[in-house]
Amino acid sequence: MSPRKKKTKWERIDGREWNELRPIRIESGVLPNADGSAYIEMGRNKIIAGVFGPKEMHPKHLAKPHMAVLRCRYHMAPFSVDPRRSPAPSRRDNEISMVMRYALEPAIFLERYPRSSIDVYTEVLQADGGTRCACINAATVALVDAGIPMRDLVAACAAGKIDGRLILDLGDYEDKKGQADVPLAYMPKLDKVTLLQMDGTLSTEEMEECVGLAIEGCKQIYEMQREALKKKYGIEKEEP
Amino acid sequence: MSAHFENRDLVIPGDILYEGRIRTGDNTYRAQGKVCATRIGLVEYGRGIVSVIALEAGYNPLVGDLVIGKVVDIDLGFWVVDIDAPAAAILNVPDAIDAPFRPDLVMPDILDVGDTIVAKVVDLDRRRTPILSILGRDLGKVEEGFIIRITPSKIPRLIGKKGSMVNMILKETGCRIVIGQNGRILIHGRTRKQEEIVVNVVDKIEREAHTSGLTNRIQEYIKSLKEEPN
Repeated sequence: MSPRKKKTKWERIDGREWNELRPIRIESGVLPNADGSAYIEMGRNKIIAGVFGPKEMHPKHLAKPHMAVLRCRYHMAPFSVDPRRSPAPSRRDNEISMVMRYALEPAIFLERYPRSSIDVYTEVLQADGGTRCACINAATVALVDAGIPMRDLVAACAAGKIDGRLILDLGDYEDKKGQADVPLAYMPKLDKVTLLQMDGTLSTEEMEECVGLAIEGCKQIYEMQREALKKKYGIEKEEP
Repeated sequence: MSAHFENRDLVIPGDILYEGRIRTGDNTYRAQGKVCATRIGLVEYGRGIVSVIALEAGYNPLVGDLVIGKVVDIDLGFWVVDIDAPAAAILNVPDAIDAPFRPDLVMPDILDVGDTIVAKVVDLDRRRTPILSILGRDLGKVEEGFIIRITPSKIPRLIGKKGSMVNMILKETGCRIVIGQNGRILIHGRTRKQEEIVVNVVDKIEREAHTSGLTNRIQEYIKSLKEEPN
């Protein structure tokens, strides 16, 4: 027996395949007080989303005469990370709120509700990397649950690079220790990308591959969003 | 030229319903020659038209709708009423007291902020702001009863064909029910139990609005509730 260890296979920190998503659970209509709502578990991420509107815009001077205004809020709860974070909205929260708005706007028929507002609130209860993507996934389901007219669903997912290998759906460790992170939001039926960010270093070829990989992930998430929306009505459908 | 779903299938925004020449009905849009859904609902292929019966939708005011609203503001010559629509509704003085506005009129004596009214949408102005009126039978300030809310898209189911569902509930429970098209329902019964039955029934209708044979099932449900001891 050789004392040298046999060369082991490269493995991700949680034992996933390089192109495998984390386990995802989505539920729609979880908040009776909101017009629409959704809850998502994406790996260890736990996020809740609520939607209000379309309703009259307050303050009125922010209203647009030809379309509705979409307002998004991304917020991490103080207990979502260890150590505790301040509950005040940070610079990062504000940026992700904006990014979410840009990702969701193309999917909504905003021009049908002039002078009104649609508010999307997402609250991260537990964070484990890729929260902006998970928030977009939950917000889309909540928007549909609120009965807001949409062109398509928006699915979001990240791809990235760690140890020189390309991977799908980065977790917290891979996000922090990896070389690159590419969050992407995608409308599957329209075949359009609504969000593309990149953090880290990637070659042009790797970037292109990451985009393809993330789109494949988004298509899988899209199916889960569909299932979640249908589940709310599916059970009663079997009744005689 | 083909349908992609069966009649009354559950569809989700973005689903391609039809490819080819056809008119687009409610809750659909056309993109690159394809007709797609904009809301979650049941697809319906009619003669030369495809539409989606929405399961979730906000209230879109139309002329002639009966609505239940809350007065949120008083301005010079009109009240501002919240009716759960994308825009607040306006109730002008002549539509409330059948007399022109006079500067010495004390508007809070007629309707104050916080009052609930049963009103009719009589017009949509140039900015599509709903104009209300409380002149007419069974319209005006609400003095008694309580209000529950359901999704406005399920109101037609609660009313039923030519009012079959609501008349049946009325007859079985003896409660006074006013259904606003905006999803607010005013209930006033003689006893607490009667009112509770109506709340339970409305809840059941909201949950099962997309199933068939509902009126008969609801009738049996009311009977089972009535037999229950307090």
